Amino acid sequence: MTTTIYVPCDTTARSLGADAVAARLTRAAERLGVAIQLKRNGSRGLFWLEPLVEVETAAGRVAYGPVAPTDVDALVEAGLFEGRQEHALALGDIEAHPYLARQQRLTFSRIGITDPLSLEDYTARQGFAGLQHALALAPQDIVEEVKTSGLRGRGGAAFPTGIKWQTVHDTPAAQKYIVCNADEGDSGTFADRLVMECDPFMLIEGMTIAGLAVGATQGYIYLRSEYPLAHAMLDEAIARAEAAGYLGENILDSGQAFHLEVRLGAGAYICGEETSLLESLEGKRGLVRAKPPLPAIEGLFGQPTVVNNVLSLAAVPFILDQGGQAYADYGMGRSRGTLALQLAGNVERGGLVELAFGTTLRELMESFGGGTRSGRPLKAVQVGGPLGAYLPQSQWDSPIDYEGFAAFGGVVGHGGVVMFDDSVDMGDQARFAMEFCSVESCGKCTPCRIGAVRGVEVIDRIRAGERAEENLALLSDLCDTMVDGSLCAMGGMTPFPVQSVMKHFPDDLTPRQAEGGR
Amino acid sequence: MSHASPQAADTWTSAQIQAVVDEHRSLPGAMLPTLHALQDRFGHIPEAAIPIIAEALRHTRAEVHGIISFYHHFRTQPPGRHVIQVCRAEACQAVGARALEAHAKSALRVDYHQTTADREFTLEPVYCLGNCACGPSLRVDDEVHGRMDAAGFDRLTAQLSATVVEVK
Repeated sequence: MTTTIYVPCDTTARSLGADAVAARLTRAAERLGVAIQLKRNGSRGLFWLEPLVEVETAAGRVAYGPVAPTDVDALVEAGLFEGRQEHALALGDIEAHPYLARQQRLTFSRIGITDPLSLEDYTARQGFAGLQHALALAPQDIVEEVKTSGLRGRGGAAFPTGIKWQTVHDTPAAQKYIVCNADEGDSGTFADRLVMECDPFMLIEGMTIAGLAVGATQGYIYLRSEYPLAHAMLDEAIARAEAAGYLGENILDSGQAFHLEVRLGAGAYICGEETSLLESLEGKRGLVRAKPPLPAIEGLFGQPTVVNNVLSLAAVPFILDQGGQAYADYGMGRSRGTLALQLAGNVERGGLVELAFGTTLRELMESFGGGTRSGRPLKAVQVGGPLGAYLPQSQWDSPIDYEGFAAFGGVVGHGGVVMFDDSVDMGDQARFAMEFCSVESCGKCTPCRIGAVRGVEVIDRIRAGERAEENLALLSDLCDTMVDGSLCAMGGMTPFPVQSVMKHFPDDLTPRQAEGGR
Repeated sequence: MSHASPQAADTWTSAQIQAVVDEHRSLPGAMLPTLHALQDRFGHIPEAAIPIIAEALRHTRAEVHGIISFYHHFRTQPPGRHVIQVCRAEACQAVGARALEAHAKSALRVDYHQTTADREFTLEPVYCLGNCACGPSLRVDDEVHGRMDAAGFDRLTAQLSATVVEVK
């Protein structure tokens, strides 16, 4: 009998030695004459347990983790190939683990279970059921289903996806486009990467459905160059989907066409802004465009274009398969469905947590995250990427939804949650926010291009004790100018982390203590 | 792929450049695919490519230069045998990235965007590798390494060096 062994193949598992683990398992099986089939599945997103090895047994899959390459021989000796559970790294049925069992995985229902490039695995778990349903619907009815779901843009701006699709649907043109924004540049986020590396057919399916809905026959995935593995997985998945008739001139013999191509970015954070992204796709410098015109009316090459984040498009197959209402049944207020939260930074149990809107940060960081990795007290958390505010303890009990966070100046953004312990110097973090903007500003508008440089300088002066009061007032003015006067969110939101430090962690901005000054 | 060790990093001919450009020029929005293909093939985008790209894609040379210099990924000088990117972003900062970058610079005796004297390593900053739950992270060529620290960095560079890199 051949035993199936699973070793994840995503970037995080591999960054912790998964390839070496796989190689050692293969060698051990050969040495012992055990027949194994080694499958490279995606990651389940329980990153503190990676590499997470699973073994198929008569009673289901059993897990071991985190498995270092040097643990393999001892695990094999303790009966890993038979699924025995005596070893200290044995975890039993991983799906019963509270971290997974308490999640509501609608979008991430397959990750970690399947081989990301297996069409057979994909279709065995509802894959392409949404596309099949969409092919039987009129384009307007597909748009209606997405409107019913209440889905809002998961890239951070939270614009209603159905409304965007309606605009493109209603704008006549010979050529329309679906553009997937896969320029996941926010620190603390990896959910897009997980979709692309661990369930790429889901993104392909979502984009194809979007194409059918609005009448677009060409799609582009604009992928950041920092994700080489996602690039390889997407290219291979597209080739396989084409060969099997899920993409191309005649999708599943429907007579409808949709073509898909991956385009690589080149290390510019600003290209995650949709108009900058379109400029880049057209082959130009990624300078932000003024809006209007909206991309939905004049987008890529001047044509009507849907620009959606990976997670927005990845939610679509579920919505078309189970119905918009099934998705809308999750969530709170005007934030419907689930949010892929990503626990990162100084966290004991980091990973992907997909939950309906409405959970609190404290719940997330404590009962899922288990506090800090260092074991020291939490001091601040940055939600929503480098343009998101640093939230102090007093704000950790608000339910996570778009409106609730906006009410106190927080940003849900792409759902990244970066935790910091009490060793962090918040003055450093404020300075870094400005420094990052000065590196990544596209340079088109003055408040962002020059404001960021001046921001670094004035923070340095404050921290050096140079006319601190006056310079704090100046910094405050500068932040207001950037917020009010910048063309896009880069300059317009860079002050958010800075202002949050000024407000909630003012002691860290005061002149640093000279020797013995404390 | 993007950072895969190019086979002939410093050698190119105009005819080879022309061939790469011709292969991509008919794509819609051909500029970035062309620049990526050149850098993948030659390790960098040689200055001599600029007029060839400009001619093929109907841009001025200044525009081509402007596009290359806008994007952090593209380089016009050959890199070392390995490109090491250290993540500087917040999630890695929260677990010691600042100490790691200081160590990388002092161990290799270079600053960012520089190449070691033996041309073994080019050091670059990067803003997020998407490995944010297991930082500090760095990328060597196309491989990402998680939970990196100074000792791990030294082991890694020692393994990668064809010749022994002197590490203080």
